[in-house]
Amino acid sequence: MTPIPMDHGLLLAAILFAIGLTGALFRRNLIFLLLSVEIMLNAAGLAFVVAGARWGEPDGQVMFIFILTMASVEVAIGLALIVRIYHIFKSIDSDSADKMKG
Amino acid sequence: MLHLLWLIPALPLAGFLILSLLGARMNKKLIAYIGAGSIGISALFVILISIRFLVLLPEEAGFNQLLWSWINIPGLKINAALHLDALSLVFIFVITFVGFLIHLYSTAFMKEEEGYARFFAYMNLFIGSMLTLVLADNLLLLYLGWEGVGLCSYLLIGFWYKDAGNGYAARKAFIVTRIGDTAMFIGLLLLFTSFNTLNIQEIMNKAPDMFTSGSPVIIAATLLLLGGAVGKSAQLPLQTWLPDAMAGPSPVSALIHAATMVTAGVYLIARTHVLFALAPGVQLLVAIIGAATLLLAGFSALTQTDIKRVLAYSTISQIGYMFLALGVGAWSAAVFHFMIHAFFKALLFLAAGVIILNLHHEHNMFKMGGLRKSMPLTFWTFLIGAGSLAALPLVTAGFYSKDFILWQAWSTSQGSVWLWAAGLVGAFITAIYTFRMVFITFFGESNNTPEGKYSLAMAIPLVTLAVLSVMGGFVEIPDTLGNWPAFSNLLHSMLPAPVNTAGGTGTEAILQAIAALIALAGVWIAYHFYIRKPELANSLKTSWNGLHRYWYSGWGFDTLYQTLFIRPAVYLANIDKKDFIDQIYNGIAAFSKFLNRMLSITQTGRLRWYLAGIVAGAIISFTLMLLT
Amino acid sequence: MIAFYITSAITILSTLLVITRKNALHALLFMIISLLSLSIIFYLLGSPFIAALEIIIYAGAIMVLFVFVIMMLNLGRASVNQEKAWLSGKIWIGPAVLAAILLAELIWVIAVHEDIPVSPAVSTPKEVGMKLFGPYLIGVELAAMLLIAGIIGAYHLGKKKKVVYHRFMKGGTK
Repeated sequence: MTPIPMDHGLLLAAILFAIGLTGALFRRNLIFLLLSVEIMLNAAGLAFVVAGARWGEPDGQVMFIFILTMASVEVAIGLALIVRIYHIFKSIDSDSADKMKG
Repeated sequence: MLHLLWLIPALPLAGFLILSLLGARMNKKLIAYIGAGSIGISALFVILISIRFLVLLPEEAGFNQLLWSWINIPGLKINAALHLDALSLVFIFVITFVGFLIHLYSTAFMKEEEGYARFFAYMNLFIGSMLTLVLADNLLLLYLGWEGVGLCSYLLIGFWYKDAGNGYAARKAFIVTRIGDTAMFIGLLLLFTSFNTLNIQEIMNKAPDMFTSGSPVIIAATLLLLGGAVGKSAQLPLQTWLPDAMAGPSPVSALIHAATMVTAGVYLIARTHVLFALAPGVQLLVAIIGAATLLLAGFSALTQTDIKRVLAYSTISQIGYMFLALGVGAWSAAVFHFMIHAFFKALLFLAAGVIILNLHHEHNMFKMGGLRKSMPLTFWTFLIGAGSLAALPLVTAGFYSKDFILWQAWSTSQGSVWLWAAGLVGAFITAIYTFRMVFITFFGESNNTPEGKYSLAMAIPLVTLAVLSVMGGFVEIPDTLGNWPAFSNLLHSMLPAPVNTAGGTGTEAILQAIAALIALAGVWIAYHFYIRKPELANSLKTSWNGLHRYWYSGWGFDTLYQTLFIRPAVYLANIDKKDFIDQIYNGIAAFSKFLNRMLSITQTGRLRWYLAGIVAGAIISFTLMLLT
Repeated sequence: MIAFYITSAITILSTLLVITRKNALHALLFMIISLLSLSIIFYLLGSPFIAALEIIIYAGAIMVLFVFVIMMLNLGRASVNQEKAWLSGKIWIGPAVLAAILLAELIWVIAVHEDIPVSPAVSTPKEVGMKLFGPYLIGVELAAMLLIAGIIGAYHLGKKKKVVYHRFMKGGTK
């Protein structure tokens, strides 16, 4: 099969990242915020894998494993925090936790 | 023994240092021991040193102790040195002894107050400064003590600083005396340029040789020194601060405004008597100021309702007597009256303090009454003090001292009949207002019941001072009654004796009898107006209401100064309030406030806003990176 | 190669749908689709190990975690309505602009370089493992520590705090 150009892979990663960023800025629901962060992490990992595949080395995959580990931990703790916030503020609106304003 | 002289001012100053640095962590008993104890030990040393001094009586009648060299530049050499002679001996005796009794009294009086350590620290600093003042051998060190007592007076009048009125009274005292202090400092500079030294003994020795009587330099210098004395001693025209200074606690009034600080002016004039003798015009002015003040204050005291204000005006009046004596050249009479006055005035203030404390800070005499039965110890000691103040004949010390002054006013070469008459009228008024105070407070029916205990710490000073008020006069028995002028003999070792030109012993006896009768007449009038027919006093007050109000306000001096000086100064200050330098500083502050408001808008507390900020920052830095 | 482009189109599409859904569960499902297509891309790039890992961990564990939490928080009909209220048209503009600018810059950075093809070599899991136990050992240890921290943190955060009642309230409402 014809090799895929690296630029296209990176382009895909950039587009996915931008989409994730838009979602993070746009949605108020905390669950969606976390989800958008996951999208961004994924996009970054994709960039790593593409870079590793360009040289044919498994280094990119190793990086992606680390990213994966970190993402899972972050999701676990993030979701626990969301549950806590829900107990305190009785809503998962990110704008309701604005006590640090002013 | 005499070389331990430096301990006398050093101990109270050490007490001040300890109490101000560590006082917050001590318990009240320790503070009392240190505060009163330092003065007590100082008094002990005074007694030891005075015994030694009286036995030795050095030739030049003075003992000098050089402590260290303070300023040493070409053209100006000032030492920190102490000079002890008969004059300063009398003063340090009174200061430490009466001071110790007052400190003892305050350990009980101020026990419930907060700031116990602060009080004793200030009192110790005051006594230390006053001792420095009287023991200084040069005018600059004297000025240091002068300023120190002024500072402590401010601190102690405004001791209960949480009440704004007290702060105002303290500031008034400080500013009015400051006017006098400035005059005195200019006088000091004038003396320095004339004599090239500030050492008092040197000036006294050089002055008669260098200047003739009535030379302008001496007149100017003595006028300026007189200005300082007038300020500190609350005489005309700077007497307005003393009645308001009664806002401080009673021991403060007793110590500072009866016994010691206000007599600093008397000390100054007595110390520099050679200069005043060289300027007879100024000396006459001293006498006139004294006479005028004693009458003015006496009339004002007649109308007061606050017991401490009566005593304040009485102090002004009695210091007028001292100035009168100084003015006619009767130096030892003035110092004698100072000592006796310290005893009975401190006693009166302390007894008044007991009354005020037991009636829960009630100062108005007309709300007291009938306290004779409920507070017997206070009554008897107060009565003795009042008798001494009114100069009841023969039994009270006040009779001897005041009579000494009146006799000298009549008989010295600088005295005159008018001065004597002024003093006599003053004695009459004194007797009236003193016994008015006694009768209103202690007789009649009681409007207020006192509650309180007598602590020993309060009773001992009262009794001691009462004894002194009676026995103190016997060190100076005049010719007519036995002739034992021990006190004047002591002082004549360094102060010139007055020259009596008019009249002899016979005249003196007649004058004494007149004075005694006048005093008794005053008591009888007070009795008549306030016990037998009290409504007479009220009707007199309403029919002469204008005069009464005029005398009540201290002859309107406060209003006069307000319109002459204070209002224009405040007006000018207000005009200057918005000048352009102020605007620069205000502008800086306003600008940072504006910046704060602008920046705090960015703190919304919303997560998405911060995220957008991060993204925007990333974009900007990314762009910058791409462009360069 | 065609496969790559088709898969990337699916990925982009489903990701767009993720962030625009009102119902959280629908968004999650589209996310799973996105992750699946992403794993195919990984396979096409010669990383079969990662492809498998992506499905197992990401789609399998993390997304299930999300589902659990959504279930716990009871995001039902009310939340859908709420989302409808929040998602209005005008709000899109700001974030879209920001992300578009970023995207433009990234594209520009990528596009200025010449085309380099991806190497066709496939990295087997064995090679990945040898890298992990070799030069990247420290990363593995750190990842382990991170995981421990995560476990403890999540446990602590999830613990139910004892509510302190005022002693007057202990008896319950009358």
